[in-house]
Amino acid sequence: MYVSWPCPLPDGSTGEEMALRFDEDRSRRLLMIPPLFDEANKFRHQLVEIMRRFDANGVDCFLPDLPGCNESTAPLADQSIAGWRAAAIAAAAYFGATHVFAVRSGGWLVPDTLPGWIYALVKPRQVLRGMLRARSLAAREAGVDESSENLLACGRQEGLTLAGWDLGATLIRELDEGEFVPPANAVTIEQGKVGGKPLWLRAENDHDPAQADALVGIILARLAG
Amino acid sequence: MTADTASAAKTGPSRSEIDQTLRAILRDVLGLDQAQVDGFDGETGLFGHLPELDSMAVAGLLTEIEDRLDIVIEDEDVDGEMLETYGGLLAFTEAKVVEG
Repeated sequence: MYVSWPCPLPDGSTGEEMALRFDEDRSRRLLMIPPLFDEANKFRHQLVEIMRRFDANGVDCFLPDLPGCNESTAPLADQSIAGWRAAAIAAAAYFGATHVFAVRSGGWLVPDTLPGWIYALVKPRQVLRGMLRARSLAAREAGVDESSENLLACGRQEGLTLAGWDLGATLIRELDEGEFVPPANAVTIEQGKVGGKPLWLRAENDHDPAQADALVGIILARLAG
Repeated sequence: MTADTASAAKTGPSRSEIDQTLRAILRDVLGLDQAQVDGFDGETGLFGHLPELDSMAVAGLLTEIEDRLDIVIEDEDVDGEMLETYGGLLAFTEAKVVEG
């Protein structure tokens, strides 16, 4: 189930990252791109539920760790959206993906060479704003005055640790400036079509078999068509 | 009443739409049941009363309110009063929608 894959690193070298896969050499092969940061943890269980359903329906799927994420030992502070996008392209090639399925912020990383789906896409600035706010609220509770505005100005120059995530200056600038437009061959799926409560918002991790069924049903219908 | 409704439609979501959206956000962010959020009134306690609403959840809640209602909530807007009761949060959000 777990394999390693050769992942391009920011300095041009190649590292080794882990991937969870259901691979029986079938013709339809789906690259899964998870959300970044906190939502990666909140959605991991659900993503595995989704993969089990694809597997049961004859679709191979691959969930690679991106450098600095999940079990990766690469420092998060060295990573960037551009670097993760390059890693996603490399993973797609390595696993021979025919389609891509990305969740939330993972949608920013979809290779434009593959047809696929982006589930509940979020804006880069919204993700950054949530993390800035978590830090300034925590600071205020501790009696320290840190405004989001000052934190952002500092982070754009020097990088910043937000809500426990060690973010480099490049990544903060990408999040602050990024107006992400999905590639033409990626179809976005809104949460309303899947139904139920958005799992990435929940303070406690959870999973929802009914939502996994609905989402996989939407994609299988398109794959068959 | 008719005139009020007409002008609300032109200027943005009506008060009852804001109310419904806010209840849906609390339901989604805090993982509450629909029946529980339907039962909220102006006096229902939020921060310090709902165990689900810790400071990380507050950050998520405010960001989600901004996104779904297309408003901006500044750091200095956030205080104990706006989060203490459902009525307080609703009044704050309505004021922000009118401002925006």
